[in-house]
Amino acid sequence: MLKTRSLLIAIGSLALILTVVLRSGNAAGQNAQVQPEIKVDNFTFSPETLTVPANSTVIWTNKDDVPHVIASTDGLFRSKGLDTDDHYSFKFTKPGTYNYFCAIHPKMTGKIVVQ
Amino acid sequence: MTDHKKFASAASGFIEHDHNQDGIDRRGFLKCMAWAGTGALYLAEAGVLTSTALGAQVGSSRKHGKQLSFVQISDSHMGFNKPANPDVVATLKAAVDKINALPDAPDFILHTGDITHLSTPEQFDTVDQILKSTSKEVFFVPGEHDVLNDDGAMFRERYSRNSKGAGWYSFDKNGVHFIGLVNVMNLKAGGLGNLGHEQLEWLEDDLRAVKHSTPIVVFAHIPLWTVYPQWGWGTEDGAQALSYLRNFGSVTVLNGHIHQTMQKVEGNVTFHTACSTAFPQPAPGQGEGPGPMKVPADQLRKVLGITDVNYVQRRHALALVDSSLE
Repeated sequence: MLKTRSLLIAIGSLALILTVVLRSGNAAGQNAQVQPEIKVDNFTFSPETLTVPANSTVIWTNKDDVPHVIASTDGLFRSKGLDTDDHYSFKFTKPGTYNYFCAIHPKMTGKIVVQ
Repeated sequence: MTDHKKFASAASGFIEHDHNQDGIDRRGFLKCMAWAGTGALYLAEAGVLTSTALGAQVGSSRKHGKQLSFVQISDSHMGFNKPANPDVVATLKAAVDKINALPDAPDFILHTGDITHLSTPEQFDTVDQILKSTSKEVFFVPGEHDVLNDDGAMFRERYSRNSKGAGWYSFDKNGVHFIGLVNVMNLKAGGLGNLGHEQLEWLEDDLRAVKHSTPIVVFAHIPLWTVYPQWGWGTEDGAQALSYLRNFGSVTVLNGHIHQTMQKVEGNVTFHTACSTAFPQPAPGQGEGPGPMKVPADQLRKVLGITDVNYVQRRHALALVDSSLE
């Protein structure tokens, strides 16, 4: 009985340790892969201003029932029409401020600040 | 105007005034709901709008020498499949049935854009196929959903090969001068719909050859007047275009985009927007944004519809009749 209990405790402890180790490993992995994301929802970009380090790839995801087109005001980038749940990404290599808007709903505007 | 006021009071609860002092003239603005199953007849004479409930008037005006009749449809959004309307094919077909059942067959059809939802060839094909059963000539202007990925090249190839610039054109039918404008291209960040310098120059030039007594119908996707700028419902340089029409006796401006009927009269110009055949959108500023509005399934066809337009030469008038699909 005592032996069984010890074994169970040992297995339980091992499981706990493993869980902690795996979780921390996961967290580290997520940090390394985290990608700045902008949600397009109810005709707004959220966040409206996003600050990222140089060489970041920014992803836009359309959560609206209507398509949107992500376009920089200076013509640097322009997505195709993004249907619901479609993504568009662009890599910002140089520091600066990049203004963009929805090319078919131009009241929608946003800004990427690259540091 | 007397008749108009009479109608307005009869439909009280659906007419809003500019209490907010926000520059939006809501006089004569009837929410699409108000038209459900009833319809109304508008007669615009020399810029003065009168109206009466839809009844025998259309028939009687024909007896007085109707010259021209056409139907406006708009915003069919072929390919849309979200909860606001999972079957836009069925509702477009219902609109076509409505057109085919009109007591006075229209001479042709105007489609004021957003033919498709995502500008794909298949979506254009489906609409073309459905509209074929009207056996009518259809004149199109693009909505922003029709020019998503190619600056409108596919749209022009299909619908306006002989047009100028981004796809604008004019034509004459039975003494009425029609002008199709494009205000969904080259939009500027933070701005509204846009006609652009080249199109405005063409418009001014096009109108030089037209007598001031000729009735004018201008059609474009986004309203040419400012309906609600916060939602982008207006055209940046629309006022410039309208200034060229100042000296004409009868001007009717037909738009889509806002998925609800709205009407106002300013001097010689009657502005009118048509319902969508696909899904409704909220009244300006009502709700969180200008997206598709979900209504109970049994109410949907009451907020979708078509617009029947009649021109009676003797009376120098255009009569606009909105009717819902159900």
